[in-house]
Amino acid sequence: MADPALFAADAAHQEASGITETRLVRYVLMAIAFAFLGLFLVLPLVLVFFQAFGRGVEFFLSTLAEPDSVSAIRLTLIVAAIAVPLNLVFGVAMAWAIAKFEFKGKAFLTTLVDLPFSVSPVISGLVYVLLFGAQSLLGPWLKAHGITILFAVPGIVLATVFVTFPFVARELIPLMQEQGTKDEEAAISLGANGWQTFWYVTLPNIKWGLLYGVLLCNARAMGEFGAVSVVSGHIRGQTNTMPLHVEILYNDYNAAGAFAVASLLAGLALVTLALKTLLEMRYGAEIAATRGH
Amino acid sequence: MDVRVANVRKEFDTFAALHDVSLDIRSGELIALLGPSGSGKTTLLRLIAGLEQPTAGKIFFGEEDASERTIRERNVGFVFQHYALFKHMTVADNVGFGLKVRPGATRPSAGEIRRRASKLLDLVQLSGLEKRYPAQLSGGQRQRVALARAMAIEPKVLLLDEPFGALDAQVRRELRRWLREIHDATGHTTVFVTHDQEEALELADRVVVMSQGKIEQVGTADDVYDTPNSPFVYGFIGESSSLPVKVEDGQLWIADRPIGLSAQGVPAGKATLFFRPHDVDLLEECAGCIAGTVAASRRVAGTRRVELEVGGQRQRVEIELPVDHPAAQKSRVAFRPRRWKVFPGAGE
Repeated sequence: MADPALFAADAAHQEASGITETRLVRYVLMAIAFAFLGLFLVLPLVLVFFQAFGRGVEFFLSTLAEPDSVSAIRLTLIVAAIAVPLNLVFGVAMAWAIAKFEFKGKAFLTTLVDLPFSVSPVISGLVYVLLFGAQSLLGPWLKAHGITILFAVPGIVLATVFVTFPFVARELIPLMQEQGTKDEEAAISLGANGWQTFWYVTLPNIKWGLLYGVLLCNARAMGEFGAVSVVSGHIRGQTNTMPLHVEILYNDYNAAGAFAVASLLAGLALVTLALKTLLEMRYGAEIAATRGH
Repeated sequence: MDVRVANVRKEFDTFAALHDVSLDIRSGELIALLGPSGSGKTTLLRLIAGLEQPTAGKIFFGEEDASERTIRERNVGFVFQHYALFKHMTVADNVGFGLKVRPGATRPSAGEIRRRASKLLDLVQLSGLEKRYPAQLSGGQRQRVALARAMAIEPKVLLLDEPFGALDAQVRRELRRWLREIHDATGHTTVFVTHDQEEALELADRVVVMSQGKIEQVGTADDVYDTPNSPFVYGFIGESSSLPVKVEDGQLWIADRPIGLSAQGVPAGKATLFFRPHDVDLLEECAGCIAGTVAASRRVAGTRRVELEVGGQRQRVEIELPVDHPAAQKSRVAFRPRRWKVFPGAGE
């Protein structure tokens, strides 16, 4: 402390961050973080695209144009188009119930929302096999009425809905709990009915959180493998989704084809991420305003 | 619109927030619900609004039983403590919201809604800010937007929850005067909740003093200040000093000396004497008076507060003297309250 130069340097340092770790420690920590991300996330992603285009753009395009690939892409889009809106409605309803009302069993319900996260996707798939399979309780009845759920689109949709259920609800519950019920009380005291209150007041307050939830939900709905794999039956051109199609191509020793389809999925993930970042940049202030306070 | 609260009781789970409360509010009156936190004043306001349902009892708007009606049907204007303005709407849209959500037949046209919103914003002195968002307004401006929004639905009753609670002292005083003017101009029956007695006494036609889920006293500022009906009200409203005394022969005694004050009909036994520190006569000679040793003396603005130790228990009591009064220099001071009140029981 006696040395004024040292003291001044120290003070400047303190002013900059208030953190007392030395420069070396900070750089080491940053290096570890970047190395880890690079090795486990960026490198595989780059490899996927590298492999996908390894045999030329023409091969890439012809793989995607194969009827089986087209069918897989179409099925994935159909499943997402059903599962995401369903979970949007479920998620908002669930978050609304948990955040704005007091009732018995609320803590249990909150825990239950997380179930699809904590259970292995394979088990989620197996549950549907046990429920709707030929030997199951419902099996004979379904068969008698000509309804097929397993190894068909309905089963895939059900499994996807189950697995992606928590995304919207999880995003909204803390947000809505923090916002409380004052705005809604104000709206009904001004004469708004339930629907008007939701549409004009609640929805604008949660729209950014809702959008995040939907983006994540959509990414998972398109990428889900485990649960869908169990209930789909892997019928080429009929019940194969994109992730399942990737596996089939890979097992056929068609690595370049597998990676071509995989690169589409990876691209989707990147687009989701880019959208999220873009939204944060564009509407950062507004998001902070509706979240905080 | 008269509002009548009849034997209302409210329990949350097992906790009773209000015990058997009754209150008559006259049409056009400005009423303050005053009490410390936890006294049930906000609960009472929310019950009148219909934001809560009473466990027992009824609330009447005029002759009509409002307890049967939901908050939507009651047509009350409610101003929330932190305003609860809709953050994503402009000031004009906030004010017009109550009109916009009306059912088709009674809903004014978009132009009419805009016109009425700007008329109300004129009334609350915010014209020109129609296009702003709540985040771009000061606390006092938000408060006025909230009031304009509540008045837009032409409410039968205007209810305000701690309307000035979140504002700084200067703005509070201004808005207080302004609210009174608005009330006089519009004639709404108005009820507001506050924990600030100065606000309640200055602003309200009648003050409802509440404590622990009960109404202690209802009256004008003069009533509750000059003739408090309970030790709580005496202690809560304004400055007060209290002393444990004994009642004997219709006289008040401290230790074995009568202090020259009548017992005001309080039965013999232990009692508590209340008086205002500034409302005392200083005496030269002590024949029937309260006398004490000066323990501390503080200068407070234009007066001097003197703390005296009185009686064998060395009970401390505070009186107020003019700054230049010679008694402040003495070590022993004798005085007698000009106005006082005795309540039976030893008090706290």
